[in-house]
Amino acid sequence: MATAGSARNLPSKPHWLNAELTYKCPLHCVFCYNPVDYARFGPELSTDEWLKVLREGRELGLVQLGLSGGEPLMRDDLEIIIAEAGRLGYYTNLITSGIGLTEKRIAAFKEGGLNHIQLSFQDSTREMNDWISSTKTFELKRRAADLIQKYDYPMVFNCVMHRHNLDHTREILEMAEALGAEYVELANTQFYAWALVNRDQLMPSREQLERAEAVTNAFRERVGDRMKIYFVNPDYYETRPKACMNGWGSVFLNVAADGVALPCHEARMLPGLTFPNVRNHDLRWIWNDSPAFNTYRGDEWMKEPCRTCPEKHKDFGGCRCQAYLLTGDAANADPVCDLSPNHHLITDAVARAQRPDLPAGVQPIVFRDDKNSRRLSAETAPDDATTVS
Amino acid sequence: MAQPKRIPFDQDTPIELAKYYRFQWEPAQELHVLLYPEGMVKLPGSAGEIMKRVDGTRSLNKIVAELERAFPGAPDLRADVTDFLEVAHGNGWIRTKSPE
Repeated sequence: MATAGSARNLPSKPHWLNAELTYKCPLHCVFCYNPVDYARFGPELSTDEWLKVLREGRELGLVQLGLSGGEPLMRDDLEIIIAEAGRLGYYTNLITSGIGLTEKRIAAFKEGGLNHIQLSFQDSTREMNDWISSTKTFELKRRAADLIQKYDYPMVFNCVMHRHNLDHTREILEMAEALGAEYVELANTQFYAWALVNRDQLMPSREQLERAEAVTNAFRERVGDRMKIYFVNPDYYETRPKACMNGWGSVFLNVAADGVALPCHEARMLPGLTFPNVRNHDLRWIWNDSPAFNTYRGDEWMKEPCRTCPEKHKDFGGCRCQAYLLTGDAANADPVCDLSPNHHLITDAVARAQRPDLPAGVQPIVFRDDKNSRRLSAETAPDDATTVS
Repeated sequence: MAQPKRIPFDQDTPIELAKYYRFQWEPAQELHVLLYPEGMVKLPGSAGEIMKRVDGTRSLNKIVAELERAFPGAPDLRADVTDFLEVAHGNGWIRTKSPE
């Protein structure tokens, strides 16, 4: 907020830093939110470069730190990064599938000051099958959960929901309960990146969602306060858009594995913007002064119907990335909004999902892996429209 | 002077932060914050002054007495502290310290 006599209006101070430490991942989730063209990005930041980002972040006021990826455990300097974050006073959250978590590592994380671990059922369909048949990957999850409990971390589970696992909501909740979960987030797929490529395959029907929510409510009644369960509906089933990131460049700063700084996980594919790299600029300049972070602040950029909408300061016109991905213009209203002239793009996709079987001709599912990323890189970057500096 | 309200914990039992919560001063924001998994609460001004004293050794009555010494003449201090701690307790930020 500007004070009297200040030369310019400084943007609000950010408090959330998400560090996507690596795009390496042992899993190949079809709903991954990493960019589809990650295979063409430059080298990952070094340990020292990450430590510099952490120091600059604290000076800027960042205090919540997410360590994600890819799979952050693929970085063998994670212990060093966590220890520096602890020293600097971040409240640090590790977002992991648990693959690669050993007692030696978690002991070092605890020692370094890691506050919180979120364990994801990233490969939930397979884990579910394994859970029912009590085989390999479930045992792996069991071991990770045991370590998390042993080191006195809260048991926080996250499972991405979609057409192929919503009918197993009860089993997923029972699996979480068996692992000692205190918090469970059943978050429906958001359709960006790999999930958008696979949208027709992943979009649930209304009936599936209603059943899953009823199952969740019944489960909540049974477990009471022992487990706190959040069920997040897909925004495609809403008529008002989400207040994405609480507004562009408002509280959240994402640093990608190669150092590109972004106002969210997805914005990198927006054309015409130059996203700064932490290798070349400090975070203060990036947040306060870089043109990219200022592009969609405030409401000057808005078009109708947002510009004159009484709700524009509530939802900020929704998500710029979704607006671009579906309508071709990031300044349009998020088409989730039923006031958007493009709302049919959402309702058409939802209508297709009500059919019991996927129609012939729907694209087969595309797994997130290096080979598919290289192929999608060639398709998505013909003219290098988005540059990074 | 407002009468103390009924609060859901004993006024002479020490109170502490709930598990997984952390409270700290943020120099860049110039205020106190309460941090927890997936979230943060900003506690500017008097809220921060009260929470600073929630450390597992002080009870509500002790916190009030201390603040009355630190800010002599401040009106309705007891009511303010009680209101705030009631909200904090209701949100699950604080709990009474269980006897050793």
